[in-house]
Amino acid sequence: MTQLILFNLLNGLIIGAFYALMALGLSLILNLSGVINFSHGGFLTLGGYLAFTIEPWVGFWGALLIAPVLTAALGCVIEPLLIRRLYGRDPLYSLLLTFGLAFIFEDLTRLTWGAQGLPLTVPAVLAQPLSPTLFFLTGYRLFMVAVVATAVIALFLVLRYTRLGLRIRAGTFDLETVSVLGVNIRVLRLMNFGLGIYLAGLAGVLAAGMLGLQPTLGGSLIMPSFVAIIVVGLGSLPGTLVGGLLIGTATGLTTIVFPSASEVVIYVIMGLVLMIRPRGLLGEEGRL
Amino acid sequence: MRRFLLQQLFRPHLIVIWLFLLSMPIWLTAVGGYYSLVTQVLILGLAATALNFLLGFTGVLSFGHAAYFGLGAYGCGLTIKYLAPSSTLGLLVGVVVGTVAAAIIGPLIVRLRGVYFAMVTIAFGQVFYFIVFRWNSVTGGDDGLGGFERHPIEVVGMTIDIAHNQMLFYYFSLLFFALAAGAMGILLASPMGRAQLAIRENERRARFLGLVIERHIWLAWVISCGVTSLAGALYALLNNFADPRLLYWAFSGELVIMTVLGGMRSFWGPLLGAALFVVLRDTISSHTENWMSFIGLFFVLVVLFFPRGILGMLRRKKEA
Repeated sequence: MTQLILFNLLNGLIIGAFYALMALGLSLILNLSGVINFSHGGFLTLGGYLAFTIEPWVGFWGALLIAPVLTAALGCVIEPLLIRRLYGRDPLYSLLLTFGLAFIFEDLTRLTWGAQGLPLTVPAVLAQPLSPTLFFLTGYRLFMVAVVATAVIALFLVLRYTRLGLRIRAGTFDLETVSVLGVNIRVLRLMNFGLGIYLAGLAGVLAAGMLGLQPTLGGSLIMPSFVAIIVVGLGSLPGTLVGGLLIGTATGLTTIVFPSASEVVIYVIMGLVLMIRPRGLLGEEGRL
Repeated sequence: MRRFLLQQLFRPHLIVIWLFLLSMPIWLTAVGGYYSLVTQVLILGLAATALNFLLGFTGVLSFGHAAYFGLGAYGCGLTIKYLAPSSTLGLLVGVVVGTVAAAIIGPLIVRLRGVYFAMVTIAFGQVFYFIVFRWNSVTGGDDGLGGFERHPIEVVGMTIDIAHNQMLFYYFSLLFFALAAGAMGILLASPMGRAQLAIRENERRARFLGLVIERHIWLAWVISCGVTSLAGALYALLNNFADPRLLYWAFSGELVIMTVLGGMRSFWGPLLGAALFVVLRDTISSHTENWMSFIGLFFVLVVLFFPRGILGMLRRKKEA
């Protein structure tokens, strides 16, 4: 029993780490540019498939480094072409356009790599269980948590201590003033979008190693990330991180008690939170 | 009041539209159409018109309407399959299920706006999707709900065979379309509709004028979802089938694109948008397996080049 609980708790935390990576990227883009990027899941899937494609040449470690960068590069191509045209317009249009992008991503992924699931080979060092009693605790799972933790810490350090991070935080607060002070906000938004997409790509590579690759991979991870953002309220990045972990853990624990409700439980949590605090747990009154 | 209603009902463009819809069987086959296609357009058009009641006329961004469409479809299908073989009872239960669900979700979302409202409506829609998807033994899960058929209806001793005569089912759908669209049209011309427009144009001002914004949005939301679930129930009757994908967020997006494509600021835009969208999807999917890419591309193009929709553009030209 303890093993079962531990297993599901850990599973939930790992899934929660994915949700958190996704939700952090979504939040970055939403906070600075006011665009909800529905195609985020598509970028995640693409990151995973790119890793699968380049793995034979560069190995798993190389793929882990390069695939997210390639994904972010594609993001930096799409932003000036399409996303930029949405800034300042009714959120309706940003939702519709990124909806369309999500469709295109899923379909092209299926066309290129096929609808069949594909495995991403994980190095043998990581694939072994750590101990016979805790058979489910493979090195890969711990490794994933470590990578996510590193990425999140790095993100917060970048936001806290670099010039880019300072500008992103300032822009989230008041973009117009930042622009007047001489910062090129076109470039700022581009970099910020790329950063968000990088996180999606990274999550994609990690998810591919654990869950395997399918064209619908990203689509199934995006909705819980939305819920993570809603539950804690828009605007706070550390909150988003906590939200992702919380949602993942709740899913994991429900799996023990009532497996078929594991997907529904997060929406129940969302409903309860909205009933008590319409702007989310940490959301401030008056902000969107 | 009576004069007002008559004025609303007999405006020239309305007469043209209704003549067009009523005379459909006369010229339908001549232009290469078929009944299941036009009935589908009519039903999806009804859902899009209901969505626009909220989106275009109240200014509230719902991206979760697929859920209520699907609830209507499953409510109707399950009733016919397990309770009683009656098409009208199925419709009634479908509408009740969808409306009650919307009425319960409503208070949780009426205080939210913009992107936030959209995200929460999408997320809540997923609850119903997963319930239908997981509850295999009753709903058929991923395979969808089959094994029920629409039945002929009895009106004052006469049997109207909507089950086998496709033309009669078209008129049956048209009747409900007319009732629902008429009701929404009259509501929009009433003080309630004026309040909705006021909220859309300037919410803060409307609040200062004494309107209880939350109550108005809740009411508009429930009516909109109720009519959407009516459309869903009709859709289940049309296909004798209910598909879990009707509740999925992608279908919500399709309903929104129909609305935007036709023109959000006009009452009839969504029906036009639904017609274009259905014909386009039909054409594309008969030519290529990658229709999803084309639909996605279509989303992008509409946002970039036709954000006002077709009727919106025509109206703008007339004004210019």
